[in-house]
Amino acid sequence: MELQTLTYWVVGLSFALYIGIAIWSRASSTSEFYVAGKHVHPIANGMATAADWMSAASFISMAGLIAFLGYEGGMYLMGWTGGYVLLATLLAPYLRKFGKFTVPEFIGDRYYSQLARVVAVVCLIFISFTYVAGQMRGVGIVFSRFLEVSIDSGLFIGMGIVFIYAVLGGMKGITYTQVAQYCVLIFAYTVPAIFIALQTTGSALPQIALGAEVLDGSGTLLAKLDQSLTDLGFGAYTTPFNDKSMIDVFAITLALMVGTAGLPHVIVRFFTVPKVRDARTSAGWALVFIAILYTTAPAVGALARTNMIQTVNGTEQQGTAYKEIPEWFKTWEDAGLIAWYDHNNDGRVQYAAGNAFTGKPEFDGDKRGKHGERIVKNPSEGKTAKNAPFANEIYVDRDIMVLANPEIAGLPNWVIALIAAGGIAAALSTAAGLLLVISVSVSHDLLKSTFTPQISEKNELLAGRIAAGVAIGIAGYLGLHPPAFVAQVVAFAFGLAASSLFPVILLGIFSKRMNKWGAISGMLSGLIFTMGYIIYFKGVFISPIAANVPENWLLGISPEGIGSIGMVINFAVAFTVSHFTSPPPAEVQELVEDIRVPQNS
Amino acid sequence: MKNKNAYWRANLRLIGICLFIWFLVSFVFAILLVEPLNRFSLGGYKLGFWFSQQGSIYVFVALIFFYSWQMNRIDHQFGVYEEE
Repeated sequence: MELQTLTYWVVGLSFALYIGIAIWSRASSTSEFYVAGKHVHPIANGMATAADWMSAASFISMAGLIAFLGYEGGMYLMGWTGGYVLLATLLAPYLRKFGKFTVPEFIGDRYYSQLARVVAVVCLIFISFTYVAGQMRGVGIVFSRFLEVSIDSGLFIGMGIVFIYAVLGGMKGITYTQVAQYCVLIFAYTVPAIFIALQTTGSALPQIALGAEVLDGSGTLLAKLDQSLTDLGFGAYTTPFNDKSMIDVFAITLALMVGTAGLPHVIVRFFTVPKVRDARTSAGWALVFIAILYTTAPAVGALARTNMIQTVNGTEQQGTAYKEIPEWFKTWEDAGLIAWYDHNNDGRVQYAAGNAFTGKPEFDGDKRGKHGERIVKNPSEGKTAKNAPFANEIYVDRDIMVLANPEIAGLPNWVIALIAAGGIAAALSTAAGLLLVISVSVSHDLLKSTFTPQISEKNELLAGRIAAGVAIGIAGYLGLHPPAFVAQVVAFAFGLAASSLFPVILLGIFSKRMNKWGAISGMLSGLIFTMGYIIYFKGVFISPIAANVPENWLLGISPEGIGSIGMVINFAVAFTVSHFTSPPPAEVQELVEDIRVPQNS
Repeated sequence: MKNKNAYWRANLRLIGICLFIWFLVSFVFAILLVEPLNRFSLGGYKLGFWFSQQGSIYVFVALIFFYSWQMNRIDHQFGVYEEE
């Protein structure tokens, strides 16, 4: 069957499955809509959490990031998994014991303050919309590449599907669709990885293949990759701190871990299990399901980089004539994610260290050069980098490594079709989880508790559904017209979660003495510091005030890692302020005692 | 419940052990000491690199199950285990 027909079938079937589950698991009460009636089995919740957590970025972009960063890619791997240890030991069980519906609700009750609750809602909405815009964009990109519809129509189809099961099923519908989506995405991710691992090393497990010898017996995969990269003027793959300093890697890893533990759409997943002890094991299961993808990704990254160097530079390591370049190169060039400029005029495509273009390539419409390549308007000077044999002539977008990998390795069409379904599953499951926490916060934290307390359960449920619909509309709009800063603000989501929500929740459980003044001032100072630092260097709404280079950074920490300093500031301010103000009322101290124990006897 | 404080201290001690190991494998082995550890190898991996891209994740998984297994034991011991 043609690749495209096949892809339509695979993606269509997966959609039919999601909609079927949505109809089967409609929500009929606010408890089902908000927390799936607290009936979700811990293993099912683990799978749903894994799908919720692994976004289009994990599925599509992460292996590509690792492929180009080498050792430093580990900060994403550790950062996006280590947070679950914090969740399981420091947050999830106690919040489950608290037993209500939302994260702002806990903050409001624990700090006996509607102000604290509203500040938390604002953080939550900002974090979630930042995230969801990227997901919608991811759906659009996968659609446009594999189904050859425009990015916009792809996005509308995605919005339609999410609308059906999020509005109809609430948390209950989302949970069971996420279980299905996890199965689709993990199958789609691991199958090509196993194929490629077998082809290169003869070992079927990617986790083993990454450390194995290549089939022709010429050395281990990593040693060979180190060698070919240094030959091309890059730093060796496994050598630490080529691209980032030690302190920056440390700070980014910490910010990502703490940020993960503070993300509201992840935390609420642990409200859905029946018991406190289920919240603990469920975090373990979630991490098992996440680890399957996260330990495969570094192998995919290293194998993709190896394959790419070999196909582009050829066996002689002298480059490949553009006329003989494989089909995938041209397909992705048409999509604008690969570009070539023949700096040395030999008609060959060559890949080495250095930039072939000044910034991202700007194509001159669809005009073609003498070899049939797309003309790019901004080639660099084409200098040969230190220790490189020739100047780099190509630009490769990092995001295509996972999507193009099966084509680069020449895998069968059904595997490529599977990748499309997997990418869409990853994006949809995360988008749905985020949209749900937004709508629940609006209907429960703002309407029910702050503005219209007399609202009936039926109307609250209706408000939740309307809010979910509106949130999908806004997310779609952000996906259609991505504000210039979307790419910049991903650091925001983690930075904000790490510097605002995480410390306040943690102190609410572990410190009986922490009062509302400490919590509010801590939350605000962490938030303002982190936000200010990111805006100072990245420029959101305004232009950056200082160049985003290591010389200007505080202690050498980049905006991506600054959330960890924001967290420290939050803790320090919270302790100082609460020390000089009156302790929380007795009933709040009892609440803290109560959530620390699974069952009162 | 009589021993609320003792229960909480037992929990804190266990959390302390888990987070110590959590910090050790990720921040110490995979970042601070990655260069000296890379002189050793594990299969075809340099050891520090392995901790960064594989090992720390396996340890995280094990830690969560260890924590919840031990907490169930402590819950029983203090009579706060949730019945079916």
